Amino acid sequence: MSAELDCDVLVVGAGVVGCAIARELSRHRLRCTLVEARADVGSATSKANTALLHTGFDAKPGSLEARLVRRGYELLSEHAPRVGIPWERVGALLVAWSDEQLTQFPAIIERAHANGYTAIQELSVGELYRREPRLGIGARGALLVPDEGIICPFTTPLAFASDAVSWGCRLLLDAPVTGLERAGDHWVAQLPGGRLRASWLINAAGLRSDELDRLAGHDRFTVTPRRGELIVYDKLAGGHVSHIILAVPTSTSKGVLVAPTVFGNVMVGPTAVDIEDKDDTGSTHEGLEYVLAETAKIVPGLADYEVTAVYVGLRAATEHSDYQLTVDAANGYACAGGIRSTGLSASLAIAEYVREGLAGAGLTLEQRQGLQPVSMPNLGERFCRPYTDGERIAADPAYGEIVCFCERVTLGEIRDALRAPVPARDADGLRRRTRAQMGRCQGFYCNARVTALLDELGAKL
Amino acid sequence: MKRTVAIVGGGPAGLAAATELRRMGVERVVVFERERDPGGIPRHCAHQGFGIRDLRSLLSGPSYARRRAQLAAAAGAEIRTRTTVTGWGTDGELELTSPTGRAEFTADAILLATGCRERPRSARLIPGTRPAGVMTTGTLQQLVHLRGVAVGSRAVVVGAEHVSFSALATLSHAGVRTVCMTTEQAHHQSFELFRMGARLRYGLRLRTQSRLTAIHGGTRVEAVELTDLATGDAELVGCDTVVLTADWIPDHELAALGGIDLDRATRGPAVDGALRTSRTGVFAAGNLLRGAETADVAALEGRHAARRIVRHLAGGGWPQRRLAINVQAPLAWITPNIAADDPTIPPRGVHLVRAATFVPDRELLVTQGDRNIWRGPVSRLQPGRSGTLPAASLAGIDPSGTAVEIRVSSPSGP
Ligand SMILES: Cc1cc2nc3c(=O)[nH]c(=O)nc-3n(C[C@H](O)[C@H](O)[C@H](O)COP(=O)(O)OP(=O)(O)OC[C@H]3O[C@@H](n4cnc5c(N)ncnc54)[C@H](O)[C@@H]3O)c2cc1C
Ligand SMILES: Cc1cc2nc3c(=O)[nH]c(=O)nc-3n(C[C@H](O)[C@H](O)[C@H](O)COP(=O)(O)OP(=O)(O)OC[C@H]3O[C@@H](n4cnc5c(N)ncnc54)[C@H](O)[C@@H]3O)c2cc1C
Repeated sequence: MSAELDCDVLVVGAGVVGCAIARELSRHRLRCTLVEARADVGSATSKANTALLHTGFDAKPGSLEARLVRRGYELLSEHAPRVGIPWERVGALLVAWSDEQLTQFPAIIERAHANGYTAIQELSVGELYRREPRLGIGARGALLVPDEGIICPFTTPLAFASDAVSWGCRLLLDAPVTGLERAGDHWVAQLPGGRLRASWLINAAGLRSDELDRLAGHDRFTVTPRRGELIVYDKLAGGHVSHIILAVPTSTSKGVLVAPTVFGNVMVGPTAVDIEDKDDTGSTHEGLEYVLAETAKIVPGLADYEVTAVYVGLRAATEHSDYQLTVDAANGYACAGGIRSTGLSASLAIAEYVREGLAGAGLTLEQRQGLQPVSMPNLGERFCRPYTDGERIAADPAYGEIVCFCERVTLGEIRDALRAPVPARDADGLRRRTRAQMGRCQGFYCNARVTALLDELGAKL
Repeated sequence: MKRTVAIVGGGPAGLAAATELRRMGVERVVVFERERDPGGIPRHCAHQGFGIRDLRSLLSGPSYARRRAQLAAAAGAEIRTRTTVTGWGTDGELELTSPTGRAEFTADAILLATGCRERPRSARLIPGTRPAGVMTTGTLQQLVHLRGVAVGSRAVVVGAEHVSFSALATLSHAGVRTVCMTTEQAHHQSFELFRMGARLRYGLRLRTQSRLTAIHGGTRVEAVELTDLATGDAELVGCDTVVLTADWIPDHELAALGGIDLDRATRGPAVDGALRTSRTGVFAAGNLLRGAETADVAALEGRHAARRIVRHLAGGGWPQRRLAINVQAPLAWITPNIAADDPTIPPRGVHLVRAATFVPDRELLVTQGDRNIWRGPVSRLQPGRSGTLPAASLAGIDPSGTAVEIRVSSPSGP
């Protein structure tokens, strides 16, 4: 990136939101560039969430978030199976643990209806325990939200970025935008390796969307990271819940949820604590203790199982309750910031909204024909994994050589991830693309082999 | 004997069992091993100290692994590497994945010898950031001995068992200085000779009653927080590598997938003296039973299982009743931990017993209901190393009676 590089649209931030926007714009005759400060796409908040595909039943009626989560659900639930993003419509049960919580049900139902979601229904205590026999004692009732689902948080941004790149979008990694300047009718973005000129600038910088917004000349919102700590239980505990178990929200928190994951684990969390440091993704003793205590109450049997992973995600919370989603036609600038706790679900709708906004602001969008989406390797446990696929192994024995034993990741999948349109560049990237080392032993058995393959196969690229 | 025995896991236990089964005339013995080479954990333990009780020789880990594989092959066992047993079919057949394809395998008896692993950071719930440089001994030894890559420069070793000293040797071999070794216990749990040797050779500082309470660092570990369990004082210790040793968990996935009862204390399959699990025809041996013992102990268990398998194939039955033998704190576990109605002397004639802390008064009391079965001393009661309890101590258990409890008998107690 030595010389100045021109593009029509520059998207800053390759989280799930930025990747979705880059994908949407790349369907058109445009020169599009996606820049990401980190070493990989989807490696900030987008990799550390509860991975639910929300219907938006509980959003604030009339908000942009309510509208876009609902639309995002429609788009993503249809798109996911087409490209191999694992998603399962497992349904959610919102459980009341006290009579006081029970009294909130009518208001929750009313809100769902106001959001256009009418499939919500109340279940008796008996029916609740019939569906979830391992739930802790003392539940007083539940609301069933049959369309809530679980989705792969890793494959989703990767799938979007893969489409964008294969449709001609330029992706720059390790490329933080450190300065912005409006020069006549275009933007000049400062990056470590040089400057980049673009007619349109799109801010999808997540936790740093406020900082970028200021660099772009505004002063509209401040992001306060809200930490969420999560515990993932062993796959052997997989049968403990079959729905997403939600808590009745309080004024301060949505509460801790228990959910199956598409990888076959059970996840519990998140906490919600406001912090200052946008990079502080460390877990805390207090946070983990709190999650363990909630686990003991909601699904006590989980305590008998091993913890496979602990992780922390930071929500980009702002002083406003809604998304910071604006298009500034005069300055060729769009902001998709402060996408706090529903961005995975709303991603495709946010991208659609931004595209419409840009079109309205005068950007010429001419659809390109014959674009095919990239098929993603399946990471979901409920779908066919290569190690079980006899025909595939017969055609290519590399799919029969298991390298990561706990997650049953084969040599073939690791090789593919290193050759993909958006390839893995390090062990973390490989984890998100294949699940290698993500399992219960966390590399006790396979770390040496996996890192050797990264060196050997990665070097051949 | 025109029978087929399948062994899952080609470590010391599985290979020793395979050798013995063939020697005893079982026609077909197949060992499934998911790694590229057989031998199990010793493949990457470069130091000496293997084979003493089973092969009556002192070998390095890799030589021991090769020797065990040669013995099994020479005895006529089939060793299929790069073959993972992924689950069970509806009629008890094993499901396999290997580069040659997906297959099922039917056997007359099955031995599970899938070993154990060290709990990783996540399972230990150690808070803090997630920098590179945090690893188990297993990972460390593979990186150093199988790949020869650099690991860091200053390490903190968490744990003070045999394996922790093994980690220390590996770190030293890799040019890494060990800043300190830390254990929550009041004392290290290995041989005093190892501790003294480590102090003389590496100037090792051992911190007892100390817990790793946080890990700090950006991309790479920068420091760990160690908290003194007696005073509650926390101290930051600078390092770029953290080795999490011991804290074993049996690799029980396949057993659990097969619906086999796991013992709550060991987390391994619950077995009787014949190493029979709750599933007819399925035996278990080695570190899968309870975490790490030395390799010779695992191998001798494998050999014991082989003999019991032959007996089973010759028409010996499966127990009708299996009564759990429970332990009370501060005891951690006992294995074998099932009293069967056709009792069998356990491997080496002993049960292995562990405690969660150092128990100076090594007197145990075994009760069944209000009946005292046995009271007497055990050879050792501590974490990290097993004591042995002669089989005769538990011979008085009535397998059709009520629950059996073993506890430390207090000097003034009943
Ligand atoms: C605990 C938790 C649970 C959640 N659960 C759910 C859920 O179940 N369902 C759901 O739909 N949503 C959930 N969310 C919300 C969801 O994860 C976020 O809304 C979403 O990931 C936001 O995506 P993003 O692209 O805006 O941000 P990010 O993923 O943070 O991406 C922003 C990117 O911008 C990059 N960047 C920043 N500054 C610059 C710069 N100057 N130059 C270049 N690049 C830059 C960053 O490196 C980062 O990669 C949850 C969030 C948390 C924290
Ligand atoms: C760092 C370290 C140092 C040690 N030092 C010593 C020492 O000095 N002296 C000593 O005597 N002992 C030592 N030991 C202990 C010794 O290595 C073990 O006791 C011994 O390896 C146990 O044998 P095993 O057969 O039970 O298990 P393992 O050696 O763990 O073998 C189990 C095998 O099963 C395979 N397997 C598991 N699941 C499947 C499946 N589903 N399908 C196919 N294959 C599968 C695994 O790949 C593995 O090869 C040490 C251990 C460690 C970790």
